[in-house]
Amino acid sequence: MGEMQSVPEVLVQGPAPLSPPTVQPSRHSALVRATHWITALSFLALLVSGMEILISHPRFYWGENGNVLTPVLFKLPIPSSRSLVPTGYGYVLPDQNGWSRYLHFQSAWLAVLTGLVYVAAGFVSGHFRKDLLPRGEDVSWRALWRTMASHLRFERPSAAEAWSYNLLQRLSYLFVIFALFPLVIWTGLAMSPAFTSALPASVTLLGGRQSARTIHFFVAVSLLLFLLVHVGMVWFAGFRSRMRTMITGRIDGPLEDA
Amino acid sequence: MTDLSRRKLIKTGLAAASGIAGLGVATGLAKNYGLIPPDCGGIWGAGETLNYASYRLLTNHSMAREFARSEISTRPLANEMPPLNDAFKKLQAGGFADWRLTVDGMVDRPGMFSLEQLRSYPSRSQITQLACEEGWSYVAEWTGVPLSHVLEVAGIQPKAKYVVYFSIDPDWWDSIDMGDALHPQTYLAYGMNGGDLSVGNGGPLRMRVPRQLGYKSVKFITRLAVTDDLRKFGKGLGSASPEGGYAWFAGI
Repeated sequence: MGEMQSVPEVLVQGPAPLSPPTVQPSRHSALVRATHWITALSFLALLVSGMEILISHPRFYWGENGNVLTPVLFKLPIPSSRSLVPTGYGYVLPDQNGWSRYLHFQSAWLAVLTGLVYVAAGFVSGHFRKDLLPRGEDVSWRALWRTMASHLRFERPSAAEAWSYNLLQRLSYLFVIFALFPLVIWTGLAMSPAFTSALPASVTLLGGRQSARTIHFFVAVSLLLFLLVHVGMVWFAGFRSRMRTMITGRIDGPLEDA
Repeated sequence: MTDLSRRKLIKTGLAAASGIAGLGVATGLAKNYGLIPPDCGGIWGAGETLNYASYRLLTNHSMAREFARSEISTRPLANEMPPLNDAFKKLQAGGFADWRLTVDGMVDRPGMFSLEQLRSYPSRSQITQLACEEGWSYVAEWTGVPLSHVLEVAGIQPKAKYVVYFSIDPDWWDSIDMGDALHPQTYLAYGMNGGDLSVGNGGPLRMRVPRQLGYKSVKFITRLAVTDDLRKFGKGLGSASPEGGYAWFAGI
């Protein structure tokens, strides 16, 4: 990353008028921190319950029809919680769909409502524009390549990067917020016979109920990959300091290097 | 106590009180408008209530998707089910001639209907999808009599709020609100894909509630009970599903 970016915008602006001058500005606003952790919690619950529901039928199809009598698009080589499904395993896992479905939808509500607050606040406060939209000088293939190369060389982020996001981060966060999350919600709702009765296009545009389910699975896998890389990068950048910052909003001194 | 902290305390108290009052008013309104599902208690109550309330508010008159004849699945899966009981086998041996649908509860003319009687009512067909909560689905043509017609014949009373329906298997019963019960696509189905409804698919008589997942479409229906209070049935959670850990509302 260029050295010119080392002066964080927030520092240039100076502390808010009411704060004593010694108080460091917050790296992440209270709203970003709160919505981040609520989303993290609900996403984990969605992931666990989603996998639990998935094992009751680990087969995927395209179109409207799909069951154990029809050809599959693909199937996962895992045991199932239904004896109906031919898995090749000699045993059937216990049925956990009841609480999994309750948990899935309750967490979905929490995630969606939190997401709405975050997105609305993000537009109003300029969070997306200031923190996530790639800055003018960053938008080029060369800049993108430079960030990717530095990631591929496993270079630790500079202290400056504790104060702002690099191009790759900005692009992936924007992609998760404005592409993956909306898509996973849409494909989820497209599986609801009640929702699709009110809005049939929500499922026909996707090619049918089974197509919606298959896309839902792939988007969920993408979100899981994002989560793994995200946590991996946090670890790499200094797990304790980054966690502290996401919880308290404060950055204490220079980044730990170890 | 300083002025500042007292003011803060009063403010917090007022906010909390108005919050609780607001929640109370909202709950009261929701109850009046029938937005609270019978399994609204417990740790999953919030999500379940939000699901059901949005269904009631957003999809009151919507119709389940109907398909073209060409989209009917050639493989309408008959899901696995517990072994049929002796009562069923006895009726099956007699070609279901003695199958009876009892209608009781808040109706003016309680009574019993034979399959022949039900078939004599105007029949309707729909090509809709049966989708299981597990994830699989098929499209089929269902033929039957709209539940609303049978309820009309029996004369439902104005205070009725739910229809509880029972399978010949005593462990299997469910209920729907009046909005679903009177919905034009809610059938007592006796035919499928042009023929009689097979036993595997719930024959001779199956409830079809196409705006909800498959488990609401209970097989082998022998009784309807019209009521204003689901607490009178089973454990009071509205159906056998919540007693087994599944949601009462299955629209999602």
